[in-house]
Amino acid sequence: MDFVLNLLAGAIRVTIPIAFAALAGVLSERSGVINMGLEGMMLMGSFFGVVGSYLTGNAWLGLLVAMAAGAVVGLFMAVFTISFKCEHMLAGVGINILASGLSIVLLQMIWETRGKSSIVEGLGVVSAPLLNRIPVVRELIGTVSPMFYLLLVCVFLVWIVLYHMPVGLRVRVIGDNPFMAGSMGIKVYKYQYISLMVSGMLAAMGGAYLSIGDINMFSKDMVSGRGYIALSMVILGGWHPVKVAACGLIYGLAQSLQFRLQTVEIPPQLVQMLPYVITILVLIFARNRSKAPAMEGVHYYQKGE
Amino acid sequence: MYAVEMRNITKRFHGTPANHHVNFCVKAGEIHSLLGENGAGKTTLMNILFGLYKADSGTIRIHEKETKIDSPMAAIQQGISMVHQHFMLVDSLTVAENIVLGHEPKKGIFFDREKAFEKITEIAEKYHFQIDAREQVGNLSVGVKQRVEILKALYHESSVLILDEPTAVLTPQEVDDLFRVLRDLKKDGKTIIIITHKLKETMSIADTITVLRKGETITTLPIGEVNEEKLAELMVGRLVSFTIDKKPLQSERPVKMKLSHITVSKGGKKSLKDVSLTIRGGEILGIAGVEGNGQTELIEVLTGLCARYEGTVIVGKEDVSRSNAKKMLDYVGHIPEDRGKRGFVKNYTNWENMILGYHTRPDYITKAGILKRKAIQDVTRKAIEEYDVRTDGIEQTTGSLSGGNQQKLIVGRVLMHHTGIVLAAQPTRGVDIGAIEYIHSQLVRLRDEGAAVILISADLDEIVKLSDEIAVLYEGSIVTRKSADAFTERSLGAYMLGHTRDEEVQA
Repeated sequence: MDFVLNLLAGAIRVTIPIAFAALAGVLSERSGVINMGLEGMMLMGSFFGVVGSYLTGNAWLGLLVAMAAGAVVGLFMAVFTISFKCEHMLAGVGINILASGLSIVLLQMIWETRGKSSIVEGLGVVSAPLLNRIPVVRELIGTVSPMFYLLLVCVFLVWIVLYHMPVGLRVRVIGDNPFMAGSMGIKVYKYQYISLMVSGMLAAMGGAYLSIGDINMFSKDMVSGRGYIALSMVILGGWHPVKVAACGLIYGLAQSLQFRLQTVEIPPQLVQMLPYVITILVLIFARNRSKAPAMEGVHYYQKGE
Repeated sequence: MYAVEMRNITKRFHGTPANHHVNFCVKAGEIHSLLGENGAGKTTLMNILFGLYKADSGTIRIHEKETKIDSPMAAIQQGISMVHQHFMLVDSLTVAENIVLGHEPKKGIFFDREKAFEKITEIAEKYHFQIDAREQVGNLSVGVKQRVEILKALYHESSVLILDEPTAVLTPQEVDDLFRVLRDLKKDGKTIIIITHKLKETMSIADTITVLRKGETITTLPIGEVNEEKLAELMVGRLVSFTIDKKPLQSERPVKMKLSHITVSKGGKKSLKDVSLTIRGGEILGIAGVEGNGQTELIEVLTGLCARYEGTVIVGKEDVSRSNAKKMLDYVGHIPEDRGKRGFVKNYTNWENMILGYHTRPDYITKAGILKRKAIQDVTRKAIEEYDVRTDGIEQTTGSLSGGNQQKLIVGRVLMHHTGIVLAAQPTRGVDIGAIEYIHSQLVRLRDEGAAVILISADLDEIVKLSDEIAVLYEGSIVTRKSADAFTERSLGAYMLGHTRDEEVQA
């Protein structure tokens, strides 16, 4: 029983950053932009979260700095893919490489090392007054990073915006058919730019959880592929914010299982493969492609271009 | 009183005028047909009216008031809506969501979905449209999707409705329905502009016609003063022959090809079901049907592009079932349905495209694997001359030719390499009247010389005019096959919609 609870509790913690990034992916892909740059956006979030916290001594201000950085990276992505019509995949990969390099350069400049920052103020954990009295729930989320609650709020917000507000209807149409949106006088670029910037913020929040929400420092390339995993969760969850966040749990479970199996006598390399193997298997069997925004990755030219 | 007055409109693209001092005036409350061949400038003119393009010069007056229309939004505000040829709809959303997009009913900051449903249902009922506002657009047939587009215009309370080639994708029955709707709208005081190159339809629905040719207005006339022949002449600029000279069927027509019990499954669905066809030399077999009823799969079987099917294909006495495309090309010439996709390579020159697929024949390549440039150039020049391809020469890239000339080059390629069996899929799609006339005459010549021609077309006129026998595909099955004289256009249309019993066909 304890094993299962620990496993689940661990899974939830691992899921937080993935779910943030997957949510970011939903938003940008719904607006028609394939967001290969999630990885880089997360990394910038991790790094600037630490920088912010280091400079102000306040982890929450650190989170704000991370989100601002994420928005800037999203803006970059938007300029490349929407205004300059760069291949979305290439733009994303470029952003990832840029983020990785930039974080190392800045590490060197601020902390004069290339590996790790110093320890900074973290977001800590919160203990919910009621939840920590209920058994099982107490073990799972009784004491948890505040980012967990922020995640729930964000999932809810993205869902309500996408499905219950005119803005969301417009964003979804843009992903499916920007030409139609344009023909109805909708300013396609505007919505895409905003979607990508918010997407950047969300991904950065996921990244910030990894640093100031967990180990309270930055270490180089600490996102280590979570952005890509998140992208696959977007597919698995059928581009729906709630489902996508829930799908993050699958990866979370695999990862959590992996931690726990490391004590068993199996070659660690095999165990470490587990989350990725499970992700690949799940993707192979998920028949979800048809739910993809019909025109993601297609370059749309607004009038006059 | 004029609803729309466009005067002296000029629009150039990279220096070449698409519209040159065009005048186009539409009276309020009429159905006005804007006629012209491809590239005559019809769509350009309407895109200017709808604010998608900006005219270089000229004036637009809407309901007697001079205006500037610089975006589709401005057009909609002025009461002008456009139903595009490729529908501007999103399959994953409901009918109502598609329609209200951009002008969503709101409850506070939220989208009021219920109100949207109510409103659309109300409008649909007013105009007797059978549409469920909650249905996902992806589940609708093409005819109903078009109805959704029209609803969109009505939702915006437009008084002027532009339809771009509205009948191109419809069956005859659906065309009738559409025309009924348009007449209702006219009764309601709406002004309707139809862009088309179909003469028969123009004659049956329009009150007034305007003909454009090469970007210039030729004339505007009330429908009473024209007939089909006159219209064709105005559009093309010369007399066009409507009838086709076909020799009577020869008594001896050997079986050239035989398909038996062909079944194709795609993604768990059977897109061809137990199709058997005998194809004889000296006749044209027309395959009619609404697109998406198995035509593409049939083409792929006949050309070897689909290797996974049940059943047998026999050419002459040889079993060629499941041969690959290269092998099938030795037997069956293929004019592809989508020339941009399977017909030619855009940035190859005419001579390269001319031998595409035949480039390994000893006529064109030495044993050492070197192309015989001289022979290839000769055959290309011959094709360009014989098939009347208007081009700057064999070195021009095929992609820079007009659609009609691209098609003529492909027809030339196929007809110069095949005399046995030719599969012509949508041979005149997107091709001008003049070129259509020519391609038709070439297919008939081929038949008269004893070849077997399989004609797959969504254009009923074409099927009826050329075919000796007609088979109708519906949901992957051949529902009927008779001599072409045994069909009327209506009965053919009924078969295409799946009415297989005779009384349904009569009705």
